[in-house]
Amino acid sequence: MAEEILKLEKVCKDYNIGLPSATRVLHDVDLTLERGEFLALMGPSGSGKSTLLNIVGLLDQPTAGRLTIKGEDTAALPDAEITHLRGHTIGFVFQYHLLISAFTAIENVMMPMLVDRGFPNSAMAKRADDLIALVGLTNVKNHPALNMSGGQQQRVAIARALAMNPDLVLADEPTGNLDTRSADDVFALMREVNRTSGASFLIVTHNIALARRCDRIIEVVDGRVRPDAAPVPRH
Amino acid sequence: MMKSWLPFDWIAALRFLGEGRLQTAFIVGGVSIGVGVIVFLSAMLASLEANFINRVLTSQSHIQLIPPDHVARPLRAGSVEDAVVQRPSQRILSIDQWPKVRAALLAMPEVTAVSPTMAGSALAVRGEASRAIAMTGIEPATYFKIVRLPDYVVAGQAAPSSEDIVIGTELAKSLGAALGDKLNIVPASGAGRALRIVGIFDLGNKGANQRNVYVALRTAQALLGVIGGVTTIETTVSDIYAADRLAAQIQASNFVEADSWITTNAQFFTAVHAQETSNTLIRVFVALSVAFGIAAVLVVSVIQRSKDIGILRAMGASRAQIQRVFLIQGAVLAFIGSIIGSVMGAAAVIYFHAMVRQADGSELFPLVIDRSLFFRTTILATVTGLIAATAPALRAASLNPVEAIRG
Repeated sequence: MAEEILKLEKVCKDYNIGLPSATRVLHDVDLTLERGEFLALMGPSGSGKSTLLNIVGLLDQPTAGRLTIKGEDTAALPDAEITHLRGHTIGFVFQYHLLISAFTAIENVMMPMLVDRGFPNSAMAKRADDLIALVGLTNVKNHPALNMSGGQQQRVAIARALAMNPDLVLADEPTGNLDTRSADDVFALMREVNRTSGASFLIVTHNIALARRCDRIIEVVDGRVRPDAAPVPRH
Repeated sequence: MMKSWLPFDWIAALRFLGEGRLQTAFIVGGVSIGVGVIVFLSAMLASLEANFINRVLTSQSHIQLIPPDHVARPLRAGSVEDAVVQRPSQRILSIDQWPKVRAALLAMPEVTAVSPTMAGSALAVRGEASRAIAMTGIEPATYFKIVRLPDYVVAGQAAPSSEDIVIGTELAKSLGAALGDKLNIVPASGAGRALRIVGIFDLGNKGANQRNVYVALRTAQALLGVIGGVTTIETTVSDIYAADRLAAQIQASNFVEADSWITTNAQFFTAVHAQETSNTLIRVFVALSVAFGIAAVLVVSVIQRSKDIGILRAMGASRAQIQRVFLIQGAVLAFIGSIIGSVMGAAAVIYFHAMVRQADGSELFPLVIDRSLFFRTTILATVTGLIAATAPALRAASLNPVEAIRG
């Protein structure tokens, strides 16, 4: 059996606890992701997909239940360990506000390494160069982050998510605001990275055509994971 | 490209400042003006104070020793006691055993110069004209270490030998006397002497130029009838602000009255003190408004950058790192502002010094620009910036990355 990168057991999330407006956004979510798996998370808006992604990405804490990443129960970890785990194990690709505008494309890719090590060095620059080449943006690598098209920015974001060789890449509608062609390119790129690096991917998407190209589709409806979520044959 | 000697916190802080160029420019401008005002005020005050102290201390001793006043003691023999005790007139008397006092002073490590003088009044007579004068008998070698009389001499020289006299310009004018002329100096006792004018000085004060004359110590002793005596011992000390303490110490261990320049110029110190207090208040309030300005700009910046902060946190940046990014911004804003402000303040002082002149066109005060003032101001401003950035930095560090990214 392959290594379990991620395991959620009976994870619940409540907002506005103790207030009349208290709502439960996630209900007893069970989910397991193995190394190298490429998983699509689908569901209507407001169903709790993003909340689930934030909890998995250690940006948010579950109200109840257990979240295990690479065999470690995250509830017991202090803040510094959580930060470290977030930096070393997880890579994020967001839908909006992808890049830090004060930096160039390649600097954005270097940023996770810089945050980790403190001082920039040539190894970082080399790795960032390789990643920029991987996403095919070598010719615009020194452009300011916001001086690029949406598709280019998204590819920089993917390169950045891979900077620390993460075990798990989380993407929140990475192709949501791209045209079909760019969306296809970005998706194909992620698929290829998944194959070559062995990182697991968890992708929130509304695009059923793209979701079909994933290993597995999980549907979230009203904060519950649909039990019948089944593997989709690879093609 | 990024410099390899700059750590992440600095790179991010400087880039953020660089990106918010207009905001940065405005707040640096604000800090500069604030620091400029502080530097200007401080330099002005320092200049005026230095000017005064310089003026006082080159024409005055730091501690002056005089014989104690004569006091009439009521007779207590028997049961009769006078109801009224009249204050005795103060004859010119020598300091008791003054060579011993001088030796004691010279033995003190803080004392830099000691000079005995003999002072008294007399008349200067030339032909039909006569003027009242305040005569001081001096030992030129030691006296000039305390009062730089040679600096004020406009004709001749400052050191009188036993048959000589040095007078002021006004006295020379009113007696119609010039260098080489003789003046008859007549003390109250009547036994006058003819002395030759060897020097004429200008102390910058009409009254002093009219009244003050300098003769050799022995000449004064002879004229005033106190052979071998001195009325005053003038002293300078290494630390002028310790003069008060030393004066008290000298008075306690010798039979003299010791007055420090601080006591004799008490009014000046009151003025300086009031000036300094108001200056300090102005500085504090300017510093506060600068601090609030920096804090306001950074608070806005934290809000503007909340998404960047969220992304950085998602990448594994710790709270401490985020906090440092904003603390550094505060310190850098204040540092740059204080350097520009120091230049502006110094320029303002130099301009003021050049434009505001005395009636005769000479400078109002000597320009004193102490380099340590800039150093201290810059450090103080940077620390202020750091403190001002604390609240925004804490706020940035405590941002919930989820909310920061959601926007």
